[in-house]
Amino acid sequence: MRLLLVLLLLLAPLTGRAQDAFSDALPGLGGGFAQQAEAADRLGALGDPRAVPILRALSDGRLLKRPDGTLLIREGDRVTEVATGAAADPAGAEPLRINNRVRQALRGALGRLSLVSPDPAERLAAAEAVFRSRSVENIPLLEAALARESLGRVRERLELALAASRMASPDEAAKRAGIAALGETSSAEARGILLEARATNPALAGEIDAAIASIDRRLTIRRAFETLFQGLSLGSVLLLAALGLAVTFGVMGVINMAHGEFVMLGAYTTFVMQEALRDIPGLASWSLPLSVPAAFLVAAACGAALERGLIRHLYGRPLETLLLTFGVGMMIQQAVRLGFGAQNREVSSPPWMQGTLELPLGVMVTQNRLWILVFSLAVLALTVAAIRFTRFGLEMRAVTQNRRIASAMGIRTGRVDALTFAFGSGIAGIAGVALSQIDNVSPNLGTGYIIDSFMVVVFGGVGSLAGTLVGAMTLGVVNKMLEPFAGVVLAKVFVLVAIMVFIQRRPRGLFALKGRAAEQ
Amino acid sequence: MSIALTAPPPSRMRLGIRTGLIIAVLLLAALPILNLLPRDSAFHVSDFIVSVTGKWICYAVLALSLDLAWGYAGILSLGHGAFFALGGYAMGMHLMRLIGPRGAYGHPVLPDFMVFLGYTELPWFWHGFQSFPYAMLMVMLVPGALALVVGFLAFRSRITGVYLSILTQAMTYALMLAFFRNDMGFGGNNGFTDFKELLGMPLGTPSARAVLFYASLVLLVGSMLLCAALTRTKYGRVLTAIRDAESRARFLGYDTTRHKLFAFVLSAMLAGLAGALYVPQVGIINPGEFSPGNSIEAVIWVAVGGRGTLVGALLGAFSVNALKTWLTSAAPDLWLFALGGLFVAVTLFLPRGLIGLFDRVKKGRGA
Amino acid sequence: MKGRSLYLDGVTVVFDGFRALNNLSLVVEPGELRAIIGPNGAGKTTMMDVITGKTRPTSGTVRFGDMDLTRLDEPTIANLGIGRKFQKPTVFDDLTVFENIELALKAPRGPIACIKWHLTGEAADRIGQVMTEVGLVERAHDPAGILSHGQRQWLEIGMLLAQDPELLLVDEPVAGMTDAETEHTAAMLVGIAGKRSVVVVEHDLEFVRALGRRVTVLHEGSVLSEGSIDHVQNDPRVIEVYLGR
Repeated sequence: MRLLLVLLLLLAPLTGRAQDAFSDALPGLGGGFAQQAEAADRLGALGDPRAVPILRALSDGRLLKRPDGTLLIREGDRVTEVATGAAADPAGAEPLRINNRVRQALRGALGRLSLVSPDPAERLAAAEAVFRSRSVENIPLLEAALARESLGRVRERLELALAASRMASPDEAAKRAGIAALGETSSAEARGILLEARATNPALAGEIDAAIASIDRRLTIRRAFETLFQGLSLGSVLLLAALGLAVTFGVMGVINMAHGEFVMLGAYTTFVMQEALRDIPGLASWSLPLSVPAAFLVAAACGAALERGLIRHLYGRPLETLLLTFGVGMMIQQAVRLGFGAQNREVSSPPWMQGTLELPLGVMVTQNRLWILVFSLAVLALTVAAIRFTRFGLEMRAVTQNRRIASAMGIRTGRVDALTFAFGSGIAGIAGVALSQIDNVSPNLGTGYIIDSFMVVVFGGVGSLAGTLVGAMTLGVVNKMLEPFAGVVLAKVFVLVAIMVFIQRRPRGLFALKGRAAEQ
Repeated sequence: MSIALTAPPPSRMRLGIRTGLIIAVLLLAALPILNLLPRDSAFHVSDFIVSVTGKWICYAVLALSLDLAWGYAGILSLGHGAFFALGGYAMGMHLMRLIGPRGAYGHPVLPDFMVFLGYTELPWFWHGFQSFPYAMLMVMLVPGALALVVGFLAFRSRITGVYLSILTQAMTYALMLAFFRNDMGFGGNNGFTDFKELLGMPLGTPSARAVLFYASLVLLVGSMLLCAALTRTKYGRVLTAIRDAESRARFLGYDTTRHKLFAFVLSAMLAGLAGALYVPQVGIINPGEFSPGNSIEAVIWVAVGGRGTLVGALLGAFSVNALKTWLTSAAPDLWLFALGGLFVAVTLFLPRGLIGLFDRVKKGRGA
Repeated sequence: MKGRSLYLDGVTVVFDGFRALNNLSLVVEPGELRAIIGPNGAGKTTMMDVITGKTRPTSGTVRFGDMDLTRLDEPTIANLGIGRKFQKPTVFDDLTVFENIELALKAPRGPIACIKWHLTGEAADRIGQVMTEVGLVERAHDPAGILSHGQRQWLEIGMLLAQDPELLLVDEPVAGMTDAETEHTAAMLVGIAGKRSVVVVEHDLEFVRALGRRVTVLHEGSVLSEGSIDHVQNDPRVIEVYLGR
């Protein structure tokens, strides 16, 4: 043992050739327990990521020492020299043993070193741990880590940890710096730390209060943005559900209480597509996009059948149409219940729709909601385009404006009616694809949307797609704004009442058609 | 000029209907008596038939009230079940108060669900419900007040037709959501049940069943007479006029908002009374009664019978419910198809309902 | 009876930027019979809508005697004594001729009053009188829905008479009528005027000539010309509007 020590002392200058603190600290790992612990501490404090695998190997018993003192690392079957990384012969090498004191030192060092780990997730976790420990000793370490950190989200966490650690320092200047830094964040945790510190630092109360106020300002903004997003997201769902109705009810004036069931059929089409394509390698991941045209066709076909078979006999009798379509909806629902069972069906989301996205200011949005928002606007754009720029849209507008003249000009009004209704129903089917991502796919999926959809169409102004868009988004945002105060249910009730009162002022909705056309 | 001075004589059809109605009421009135006969008697009527018929009578009153609003005033309410349920809840509150200390938790005043939900005292709106006259007043006032507010807002802004229908559906939907909440103080999801007595009479006994049955029958006959009398006055004709050409009626000087409101509120009160008698007979009231499906089922009773005839509403309520009772036990999966099919068939082929069909058959035979 | 005059001053109605009425001013004296003519879109029907409370003017004054009509709703205006007959005859199809006139008969209009109402001999006489006047006594107990077009026109005129208004607004009363019926209608309107004020909107110039009273020509929402039928027919601006361009 003594011989070994002498040998080490002799070797030390040799390894020192590397000329840096890292290489200097390494040999200590091969020494006695006290030396090992000291070396681990030193490596930990250096913040050099190269130390991580070595320290880990030591703690796992994979660090070997040849009789000549060379340290080797065993990684599975491969053995390499620690200093050079070159392959080495393990013959004669013995695993280094450690005791509890060393183990503790290793844990501490590894914990700090994960601050500089190449894996961002690990760095984030380490920052989190350091933040929670809030110890003054970590300040230099955090400063070092911050200096080399480039990833915004980790930096933010590190800054928070640094500020929190500074708060724990007895030094007033450090504390002030900490308060200022915490005040710059928009984190509820920072606010908590400041509140805590306020009780123990009466001298700094003014600064702390200012910092808290500044955090609150930012938190309010963030919350407002999050509410806005949630509202727009709800609005986009309402928009999808109401768009088809805006065509069948708004443009054609046909009331279709089975509209919700067409949405439901769209969702079930998505489910069927997913099951049918599950085992086809190239297509399985495309089942959701492919469901869009499929759902459109299924719902449109049902819509055309409903219009030609039943509704057309009741034109001009809206109340009868309402009852008839309600009955049809009831039958569709029961048919699906018998065919697919009453329980919820699982439609999975593709990976690119999962997870959350962080926007500036720390606003978190879920990916699938974001996609649905984009999707709903795309569907709206396509609907508008179809009505404005296609021959079918032209004929449709002609028929709704003056059926007799349109017919006299050779437009086959019956065919246009069927197509328009099919088009509106098809959009409902597309809405079902989107809803399958965020709602339970069950036979009564559509029931919950029908009333809301009508409210959107009526609120926005019957016959106006722009009104439907604004109506849906307004209702969505208002609903979400009320929810924190009133709860989900009462918010809904309030919105319903508000619409009733609104209709008192503007009986024809936001985007009212005025003049003679509206009088009919 | 004499031709103008006399009102047209009642048609033979009308007389036939009146006789039929009297016979039907007598037959119904006999049911609880036949129930008392020994079980092996050929005329014995089972408890089940008596209680089911008692329920149907309440439904018939609901149908009648809906016919007044829809068939005469042209207000297709898809939320009449809400008035029915509110009447039921008012009665349920009375019944809950009467349980007193006999609840599972044995609290002297608070109903079980309140003890369970941690209430320490009775919410203000529960006071007074221990009194039967007060509860009966609320049975009519609460639905009436709701109809007044909703009707006033809707009629004043000229919301008619399908818009009004959707609005009333939204009304009952919103109420359903609200009553599902525990903190509303109406028992949340479970509503009220485990009633013990009414007017000192223990519920669930044959005599209580008979009393409630007769009370419902009296309500039915009374509402029928009231509606029939009302629709035969000039007011009835004003309602018809508003239904067919509201704007014309307005230019004639009729404030159609007031007229419709009057009919709507009266109709809601009748529906509330029906609900109040329904609840002690079925022994439970919960938010499910507000579900839009219930209201629309009531609409189909009226449509099947023939709207705007009053008798049709009764006929429809009894026949559709008989079909439902039979089908839900014989082939439960088919019931919703049958109900949906009824909607389609009635609107396409029988716009004037069974009454219209009888009319046509009779005329065909006469010609 | 001391009559009230109808007074429109600077009435403008704008629908979506379109001026249906443009600074329209018109006075109808008590007992006067006034014919209003004008091409399609001249604002004749909108003018009626404004007077009867269906449409609120964007600006301008509408008075009947000392009542400001722009603040009142249709039933109130009707009960003030302004009756209106629509271009397309609207009667209550499910009610009989008798009942239609009964509803129009001057009487309290509230729900309770209607419930309490019962047919007095006096009221029945009045209904019979009106039915005689419009020639529908034989159809008294037929539903209005089965009447012919001309009979519906008459029934509506009868309802207007039963209302006993101070001012009648009559929109194209002779559309779809035979020559004999048209003549009869003209005579009746002339007979009514004097006791009441009458404003008739009509396309049929022969009919207007038969009325033989003051004529107002509307064009693009304002008064183009006013005077006797001969005067307006010779007015170059009227000729240009009707024949020119």
